Amino acid sequence: MFGKYSFRGGVHPSHNKDQTASRNIETFPAPERAIIPLSQHIGTPAKIAVKRGDTVKTGQVIGEAGGFVSAPVHASISGKVVSVGPFPHPLGRRVTSVEIENDGTNETVEFNPSDKPWREAAPQEIVQKISAAGIVGMGGASFPTHVKLSPPSNKPIDTVIINGAECEPYLTADHRFMLEKTEQILLGALIIKKVVGAAKLFIGIEENKPDAIEKITEQLNKEIFKEIIPAKLQTKYPQGGEKQLIAAITRRQVPSGGLPMDCGCIVQNVGTACAIWEAVSEGKPLYQRVVTVTGPAIRKPGNFLVRIGTPIKTLVEKCEIDYDAAQKVIMGGPMMGLAQSDLDAPIIKSSSGILAHSTLTAGTRDYDCISCGNCVKACPINLVPSFISKFVQKGLYEDAMAWNVLDCIECGSCAYACPAKINLVHYMKLGKFHAMAIRKSQEQK
Amino acid sequence: MSSEQKLLHISTSPHVKHIETVPSIMLCVCLALIPAFAASVYLFRLKALVLTAVCVISCLATEWSIVRFLLKKPSTLGDFSALLTGILLAFNLPPDLPPWMAAVGSVFAIGVAKWAFGGLGHNFVNPALAGRAFLTASYAAPMTVFNVPDFWKARGWTISGLSEKIIRPVSDTLDGISGATPLPTFSGITEALHAESARLVDLQFHIIDFQEALPRLFFGNVGGCIGETSAAALILGAIFLWYKHIIGIRVPVLYIGTVFLLTWLFNGTGSFFTSEALLVPVYQILAGGLMLGALFMATDMVTSPVTPKGKMIFGVGCGILTFTIRKFGGYPEGVSYSILLMNLTVPLIDRYTRPKIYGKVKKNA
Repeated sequence: MFGKYSFRGGVHPSHNKDQTASRNIETFPAPERAIIPLSQHIGTPAKIAVKRGDTVKTGQVIGEAGGFVSAPVHASISGKVVSVGPFPHPLGRRVTSVEIENDGTNETVEFNPSDKPWREAAPQEIVQKISAAGIVGMGGASFPTHVKLSPPSNKPIDTVIINGAECEPYLTADHRFMLEKTEQILLGALIIKKVVGAAKLFIGIEENKPDAIEKITEQLNKEIFKEIIPAKLQTKYPQGGEKQLIAAITRRQVPSGGLPMDCGCIVQNVGTACAIWEAVSEGKPLYQRVVTVTGPAIRKPGNFLVRIGTPIKTLVEKCEIDYDAAQKVIMGGPMMGLAQSDLDAPIIKSSSGILAHSTLTAGTRDYDCISCGNCVKACPINLVPSFISKFVQKGLYEDAMAWNVLDCIECGSCAYACPAKINLVHYMKLGKFHAMAIRKSQEQK
Repeated sequence: MSSEQKLLHISTSPHVKHIETVPSIMLCVCLALIPAFAASVYLFRLKALVLTAVCVISCLATEWSIVRFLLKKPSTLGDFSALLTGILLAFNLPPDLPPWMAAVGSVFAIGVAKWAFGGLGHNFVNPALAGRAFLTASYAAPMTVFNVPDFWKARGWTISGLSEKIIRPVSDTLDGISGATPLPTFSGITEALHAESARLVDLQFHIIDFQEALPRLFFGNVGGCIGETSAAALILGAIFLWYKHIIGIRVPVLYIGTVFLLTWLFNGTGSFFTSEALLVPVYQILAGGLMLGALFMATDMVTSPVTPKGKMIFGVGCGILTFTIRKFGGYPEGVSYSILLMNLTVPLIDRYTRPKIYGKVKKNA
């Protein structure tokens, strides 16, 4: 029943998922203090809707969407707003955030579910619900979901892909999600399909999660899930990258500079699908998510249902981080995650994992490029990272643009494969930054 | 145990890396040359051992001195690239070359071909081949004498692998390379057999000779440079490198394949499907330095293209040049010059073979 799908390029890092793959999702206690950034998504930050001294309930809106490409932000605990101001953010900058002190009551706002079953509701009503719940892509990119679900009329969507690849090493949050919330994910998937009016609905899972594949296949025997097509994916990084997943399953390519909707596809993470189901059926806003806490410097790894805004420090200390051993704390997976400088930064909607590494594996450059071509073989976009990085080092940003630096998805496969340990992703990011500036100045002319 | 005192490292992703490193690659290539080294010591005895030792030691010494005294940087011997250059250069030398010449070649390879351009990763030609080319230009006669060791001569070996009559190399008497005499038959074969082959016209060939010659060429009991004669040992090492993903299949297969195809098409026997016509290309790919060149020199990462299409062009280009030099050139052995010439085209090849990127498609709808 399962076909096997894959894409060109990619690498095979050690999975390192065993530490947490068999651990059930535990509910993490609500923190004493939550720091909720108003910007947890791509697009305009949310507009602050509370002020210092206000009392908020769990699930209450504390930031309203700042535009169409934006998403509201909700309180994840009940208590008093202690301050509103710049706080550390996992993306590295300081971002305006709301600090809430837990009053311990966990008083929750009354959820406002749809007044009719989702099958009878109009797509706009459902999108409205999703938008109000503040749902953004939970796989990492955190693009506001209601925007993805509202493609312009000239771009019909015929294929929906639910992304259960979870190709990042160490992370098992989506894996556990698929095992424990199978039905909700599939119902969420059906909602997405209905909203965009797609003909086909796939769910893609890497073959290193046979239990998840089995669990989902079982569900697919049910009459309501009959239309969902399972897709077994080769275990290869970055299989869960949007563009790679689309290429693997549909053989289509997202046009350079375009979005999945430009080739009639839409990709949603399993976590997002579940959040959509909860938003539509219960009216529950997105104020908690599943986070994998693991890594060699964590003594008690696990998968936790964590309130958004929980400081990383609270989370890793509960999991008994070995501060002496920890060299790096990373939000996300080891391939694309962000090294954290400040553990006061909170868990946000797109935090899929917290990793504490005990070895300093990256950040060094040992040799000059020996033109081995490993990066070329590894690049899932078919770029030549070695050349682009050389252009960027020499400040030849136009050349880097001519070699398509802007198409880089920053997956890290090139730098992973590099025997000289050159930090290729760093140069790619730098090149993209300058290329964007060049493109902007060209457009102004 | 407080996080306040703990300073965390930050860096760009990815935070994990593959275990393969530059030294591990170089060391693997050195390991892959062990069968060929064993074969060369077995075939050429002490001479092979001495030449290899001299080349390796002088390469390492040159590298160390340049880095230590000219650049004043930490030693680079640990990347094993100088070791590799030493081994490869030795493999490209005839057994009777005086060791001091081998040392001169090593100094040129490391000092000029490699470090004058910035060291590992910046050299645009293969240092070992550049060293060989330098020696051939400087000491033409000793570089083209491929004597069979006395030990094996007594057991009926010949330079060409053909039975009995050993023809002295042209260069031995002329102190230089004369233009190859166009040969009425088997012209394709004859040019492959180093300098002495020009005289093979005097011999009366029988197909039986070639059938005898092929296994010798395959296992290496023929005259030649110390590391190039045993195709079997070289192929064994190359399979290891291919298994370790260090060399790709494109360059060697296309290189050898092109030589095979062209020598088959221009086999000089006037037909294509006779056993002679088919033996000519088989002979050609086994004779001379083609196996060593195609498997270990043309696949040198630094001096070959990085793009998949570029690798194909590079392999075919090497093949065409080797065939051309062997067939029409004044030179008996075309492999090293073909690779050197193709090395020079690598930046150009890479520039014009940029891979088609994901998403360069017509926009739907």
